Amino acid sequence: MATVAAVIASTHHPFYYRASTSTGADRPPFADEWVAKIEAFRETLTRAEPDVLVMVGSDHFHQLWLDNMPQFLVGKAPFFDANFYNEEREFGLPPMTLRGQEDLAAHLLRAGLDADFDLAFSNELRVDHSITCPIITLRPQGDLPIVPIYTNIFAPPLPQPKRFVQLGRAIRQMVESWPEDKRVAIIGTGHLSLELGGPRQFGQHGPDPEFDRKAVEWIAGGDIEGCLAEVTLDSLHRPGNATHGFMDFMLMMGVAGEGAKADHVDSLDLFHTMEAYFTWYPNGAPA
Amino acid sequence: MSRYLLDKFLFTVDRDPQLVERYREDPVGTVSWWEAERANMILSCTTQEHSTWLAFSEEERRALREHDHVALFQMGAHPFLTLTLFIAMFERDHGPLEYQRAYGAAMKHLSLPYPDIAT
Repeated sequence: MATVAAVIASTHHPFYYRASTSTGADRPPFADEWVAKIEAFRETLTRAEPDVLVMVGSDHFHQLWLDNMPQFLVGKAPFFDANFYNEEREFGLPPMTLRGQEDLAAHLLRAGLDADFDLAFSNELRVDHSITCPIITLRPQGDLPIVPIYTNIFAPPLPQPKRFVQLGRAIRQMVESWPEDKRVAIIGTGHLSLELGGPRQFGQHGPDPEFDRKAVEWIAGGDIEGCLAEVTLDSLHRPGNATHGFMDFMLMMGVAGEGAKADHVDSLDLFHTMEAYFTWYPNGAPA
Repeated sequence: MSRYLLDKFLFTVDRDPQLVERYREDPVGTVSWWEAERANMILSCTTQEHSTWLAFSEEERRALREHDHVALFQMGAHPFLTLTLFIAMFERDHGPLEYQRAYGAAMKHLSLPYPDIAT
């Protein structure tokens, strides 16, 4: 059976690539600290020696559109091209091609459907920065096959927060029941408080530092019950209009498990939004 | 009133580099052309299939023609789509993050709850 080598939850910041690769006058003052934190975070995945990455993210109106919008979708394909024209334009993200792990994708689809998650699928999926940002930060060589899982945190009506947690728990169980002797890392990215296209965007900090503080506590301590007691689809409007991306963190809390304390916790207060990084080792920290 | 059609305009223009430039330079002409030629195209069909019923309201047409991102926000156009396209068109005329901050400042008078963006 497969082993969950690591569970990783992270913000995905499309500006990291440009900030970390820029030099001279173009290099922002916070870049060195940011790179140091990312390199320490990357090491938590490297140490886990994964063979396969399950990657949870959310398409930002790239391939998935309002004429045909799935709530949860698994990518099952031998390859995934990555990044779109407007991401290259705005963030300088490079095109990529990642290999897919079709056996695991098929297993997740079958087991997910049998567990009452009506998962959509795609056999030709170009993934966006919600998947490629963690490739850039955590596995820049892009050498491992992936199974992308997309959630809808973007186009209402959205699934309830508890559904993200439930799907996270199911993904953990389904990965562990995959009959292959492989080490699987489950990686998911979302947001803390975030405002995009509204009056509170691009401030000196994230739009709601108090929400961010609480969110980091919930995630780091695996406090799923406390989080679910406070977070609703309505409440997520208050910290910022794009804060529903926090539900991908809730999904990852479901993967990690109730009460699971993260083995690595870090954050970085940036303009616009707070970065946060978490790693769990469900089967013990690697040597 | 069709939030969906506003979103479809923003989505299809943003993802075509030539249309981004055309909308920047000629918003009135681009909106008229798009509504006549593109509004009813079904995007997920392999061959050209069309709907018969999609059209802007006069207020929606005006907001798009005038690049009025505040009105688009108030109508419930998806804020991510509007922001992304407007950055593509206008960031180049400003210093680092200057446009993004001015874009938000123009909406300072708006408070929660924000307009519904469900389609």
